Amino acid sequence: MYLFIAPWLIGFLVFALYPILSSLYYSFTDYDIIHPPKYVGLANYQEMFHNDLFWKSVVVTLRYTFISVPIQLLLALGFALLLNQKIPFRGFFRTAMYFPSMVSGVAMSLLWYWIFNPSIGLFNYVLSWFGISGPSWLMSPDYALYALMIMSFWTAGSGMILFLAGLQGVPSSLVEAAKLDGAGRFRIFLNVTLPMISPVLLFQLIMGVIDSFQVFTQAYVMTQGGPNYSTWFYVYNLYTSAFKEYRAGYSSALAWVLLIVVMLFTGLIMKFSNRYVHYEGGGRK
Amino acid sequence: MSTIPAAGPNASSSLTKPRRKIDAVSIASFIALVVTTFLMLLPLFFMVSTSLKSKKELLKFPPTFLPETWQWSNYKDIFETLNFGQMYANSLIIGILTVVGTLLSSALAAYGFARYRGKGSNLWFMLMLSTMMLPYPAIMIPQFILFSKLNWIDTFLPLIVPAFFGSAYNIFLLRQFFSTLPDELFDAGRIDGCSEFRMWRQIALPLSGPALATVAIFAFIYSWNDLLTPVLYLSSSDKFTLPVGMSSFTSSRFRIPPWHLLMVASVLAMLPIVTLFAIAQKRFVEGIVLTGIK
Repeated sequence: MYLFIAPWLIGFLVFALYPILSSLYYSFTDYDIIHPPKYVGLANYQEMFHNDLFWKSVVVTLRYTFISVPIQLLLALGFALLLNQKIPFRGFFRTAMYFPSMVSGVAMSLLWYWIFNPSIGLFNYVLSWFGISGPSWLMSPDYALYALMIMSFWTAGSGMILFLAGLQGVPSSLVEAAKLDGAGRFRIFLNVTLPMISPVLLFQLIMGVIDSFQVFTQAYVMTQGGPNYSTWFYVYNLYTSAFKEYRAGYSSALAWVLLIVVMLFTGLIMKFSNRYVHYEGGGRK
Repeated sequence: MSTIPAAGPNASSSLTKPRRKIDAVSIASFIALVVTTFLMLLPLFFMVSTSLKSKKELLKFPPTFLPETWQWSNYKDIFETLNFGQMYANSLIIGILTVVGTLLSSALAAYGFARYRGKGSNLWFMLMLSTMMLPYPAIMIPQFILFSKLNWIDTFLPLIVPAFFGSAYNIFLLRQFFSTLPDELFDAGRIDGCSEFRMWRQIALPLSGPALATVAIFAFIYSWNDLLTPVLYLSSSDKFTLPVGMSSFTSSRFRIPPWHLLMVASVLAMLPIVTLFAIAQKRFVEGIVLTGIK
């Protein structure tokens, strides 16, 4: 066995375990990557709590997570429910909804950079159909973060595919039985469908939260963290302090806080979900 | 909000059922679908249409739906002005090598995890799963320092070499698949005096086409779209990958970004992914399903 897992094992030690541990060590040092690290104790962690940009990045990231992840999940679930019906052109709709998810990262950021352009972009033009005169989006400190949230809804199609798969796993006998008992559509959804797809929901919730804690591309390509730090995401902050200000020690402390928060969040969601998530066959994790 | 079950094991009951009547809910959901699909496709439509517009037409508001003059030369210009061909080639090379590395190492490790249950194998497996939750930014600084000590900065090595050591997500996916292969196959191989390595190569791998294809696609898409890693490691412009090169468009170098060329780049960047999706659509969706439900 060890012969087979050797490549992974070496990779794990060199590219995961060693970096985690040395990152922990660096987080207690003053380190500019060129000169050897100098031990400073908890100074980096103390500085973090007094650093405005750190708090700014925490607030931006949490706001983004708490607003955009739930809406993304609702949209994805909504689309999946709509497309799980017998509806004309179902195949076309599924592909069309998924298509935007294939334009990811930088290309998507560039496209939406143009869409949100207040003078020539598409977004305010579409809004004008409804008599709304839109704000200047990415150039406005009040709206830039919302613009990025709106962009994130565009890729709800990838979540939709997962929900569709989950919905197809709901045994039709259960739905039929509920119908015979006189349950309406809404009750069937609430008492049969939702519990059956709760593992998919949980998986997507965890992945969504972890991903949105790590937003980088949008901030790097579209806003550079601005205007006025309104899109100063946590990982963008981490990247700037490490690779623009050459403060690897302080950045490592940021990285460790991120690691701990991600683990806490995952653990919390898992624990909380034990009460609500239904797994077929009971005990299986 | 209804979930009408697809014709399944009890499809026979539909013989006696009257034709499904068209009710208000299905009409409303059809309209909702048409509207949202229109809104979802609108940006894509403009991506393609803008890529064919002339520089003058870009500044029109409201934007024109179709180009007034179809400027196909945009697609030629991008290769001449922006080092685009080089960037494209770089991304392809890195992507393909990443796929090779991921397939080899992940398939090996997955086989190890699937076929052996010895002392400690569970512990390693749990460790491997936990690395799936590990955020890349948490380890990127020490990795950067490590690679800079190896003098690998401004080479493709930091982007390719880690792939040859496997990635948890793909190992997990393949392990799930290998575990479903019947033991009898391997017992027969063992009786015939097959070595473990040969069984991996001649029994496990040939039977795993769909799973391997899924892993290959995932690995390629991930590498193709990644921005953070190449931004850290690549500094000279002839080594840029597509995402790095494209992101430099929005920097201050261009006061007004050349939107038409940006959209050309976006369309071309999307091309390999769409092609892969079109070729392997069914397997791809199956693969997503496979990893989606743990």
